[in-house]
Amino acid sequence: MKQALHKNKMNNPFVGSRAFALPYYAWLAIFIIAPLILIVLYAFTRTGSGGVTVLTMENIVNAFSPTYMTVFGRSALYALAATAICLALGYPVAYLLSKMKANRAAIISILFILPMWMNFLLRTYAWRALLDNSGIINQLLMAIGLEPVQFLYTGGAVLFGLVYNFLPFMILPIYSVFQKMDTSYAIAAQDLGANRWQTFWKVTVPLTKSGIISGITMVFMPAMTTFVITRLLGGSHFMMYGDVIEMQFLLMSEWNFGSALAVIMLLLTIIFMWVMRKYDKEGEGAALM
Amino acid sequence: MARFFKQFYLAIILIFMYLPIGALILFSFNESKSMATWTGFSTHWYEQLFHDPIIAEALWVTISVALLSALIATVIGTFAVIGMDSLRKKTKGVVLNLTYVPMVNADIVMGISLLLLFIFLNIPRGYWTMLLAHITFNIPYVIFSVLPKMRQMDRSTYEAALDMGAKPSEAVRKVVFPQIMPGIVTGFILAFTMSFDDFMISFFTTQGTTQNLSIYIYSMARVGINPMINALSAIMFVVVIVLLIVVNVRSTKKPKRTLQREY
Repeated sequence: MKQALHKNKMNNPFVGSRAFALPYYAWLAIFIIAPLILIVLYAFTRTGSGGVTVLTMENIVNAFSPTYMTVFGRSALYALAATAICLALGYPVAYLLSKMKANRAAIISILFILPMWMNFLLRTYAWRALLDNSGIINQLLMAIGLEPVQFLYTGGAVLFGLVYNFLPFMILPIYSVFQKMDTSYAIAAQDLGANRWQTFWKVTVPLTKSGIISGITMVFMPAMTTFVITRLLGGSHFMMYGDVIEMQFLLMSEWNFGSALAVIMLLLTIIFMWVMRKYDKEGEGAALM
Repeated sequence: MARFFKQFYLAIILIFMYLPIGALILFSFNESKSMATWTGFSTHWYEQLFHDPIIAEALWVTISVALLSALIATVIGTFAVIGMDSLRKKTKGVVLNLTYVPMVNADIVMGISLLLLFIFLNIPRGYWTMLLAHITFNIPYVIFSVLPKMRQMDRSTYEAALDMGAKPSEAVRKVVFPQIMPGIVTGFILAFTMSFDDFMISFFTTQGTTQNLSIYIYSMARVGINPMINALSAIMFVVVIVLLIVVNVRSTKKPKRTLQREY
C-alpha cells in the first residue's frame, strides 16, 4: 500500500493532497458564490401581494432609469478621473522605486503601506480639518496675504480624497511588476537605437501592463462605490453610486432595488476581471494588493 | 539635477501621504477639541482614552477580528494553495477566477451580498458575522501571496523527502512549509492589515450592532471626532512603526528574508 502510494507520488510532481483545499472550496461556495446568487435573485424578484415572491424585470429597468444613470455617470466620471490621476502620480513613483537600491526601495515602499495602518476614515477626516475654511491650510494662505479658498464640499475635494486614499493601491501592483521586469529588453531597445522616450513607451510600459491593469482595477472599483469619502469631503449634496446603494439597503429597505443596483456593479467587476485575467495570466499583479 | 528632481518628487508624494497623519498626531496633544487652532499642549486626551469603555470595546473588536480572521484565512488559504497544486490547469483557472472575485468586487457589493446571506440563513448580525465576512475577504490575499512561492518552490526536495521515506504529510510539513513560509507570513500581514482598516463590509455585515473602530469613527464623524480617537491612532501608529523597525532589524540579520520584497 505504502509502496503504491509512493509510486503514485513519483509520477506526480505535485505536492500534497487535493483534500487540503476542500475547506476553501466549501468556504467559496457558501460565502462567495451563494451570496452573489442571492443578490441576483433579489434583483430579479419582488415581494408581491400576500408576501409571495414574483419574478420581475422592474428593478433592473428602474436601475437603468435616467435618475440613476446620472448618478452612475457622475460616479464613473469621478472614479475615472481619480484613477487617471493615481496612475499619473503613481507610475513614476513605482518606476523610481524600482531604480533604487533594494534596501532603500524596501524602506520607501513600506512608507507607502504604513498610512494604511491609520484608519482611512480618520485620515480623510484629518484632511477635512486641514482643508476647512478656518483650517491650517487656509490659515497659512491668509498669513501670506492670500484670500482663503473654499476647498471642502466641492468636487475638487472629493477627487482629492479619492486620490489620497487609493494612490497606494496604484503604486504597489505596478512596483511589484517593475521588480520582476527583465531590464535587458530596455537596454536592448536602447542599443538598437531607440531613444529614452521610445524605450519608455514601447518597451517599459507594455512590460508593466499587468501591473497597470491591476492598479486601475484596485482604484476604480472602490472609487466608484465609496460613500464615506464623498460624504466626508463632499458633504451631502454629492450623491454617488455608493450612496444610492447604501440608502436602498439601510434607509429605505428596498432590498430588491438595491440588489439591482449592486448587480450593475457586479457586471462592471466581471468586465474588469475578464480584462485583468487576459493580461495577467499568472495572477501576479493582483497578488500584491 | 535629475536626481534632485526625482528625490523631490518622491518627497512631495510622501508629504501628501503623511500630512493628515502628522496633523492627527499633533492635534492629539492639543488642549482643546479643535483640529484647527492650537490652544496648548496637553496629554489629557491620552489619559481619558484609557478610561473610555466604548473605545476599549471597539479596539478589542477590531484587533480580535483582525487577528482571528487573518489566522483562519491563513490556514484555509495556505492549505487551499497546497491542495490546488495538483489540479488540472483549467480547473485551477476556474478556482483562481472565483478567488479573484472578492478582491476585485466592490466592497459595498460584497458587504450587501453577505448581509443577504446572513439574513437568509437567519444568523443574527454582530461580532460573528463580521468575523465570517473578514475571513472571506482575507482568504484571497493569503492565496495570492502563497501561490507565487509555491510556483517558485523546488519540487525535487519534496520528492526527495518522499524517497527518503517521509509520509506525504511529513514532507508537506517539513519540506513544503519552510519554502512557502515567506508567502504565508506576507499573506497573514496583508490579511491583518485589510481587516484592521475595513469599514464597508463590517458596516453592512453587522448592521451597526457591533462596532469596530471604523464604524465607531464613522458614527462620530458627523458630530465631530473626539480627539481621544486621534490619541489612540497615534499610539497604534507608533506601535506599528516600532514593530516594523524590529522586524527589519531582525530580517537584515537574516539576509535571505524576502518579506519586504513582496510589496
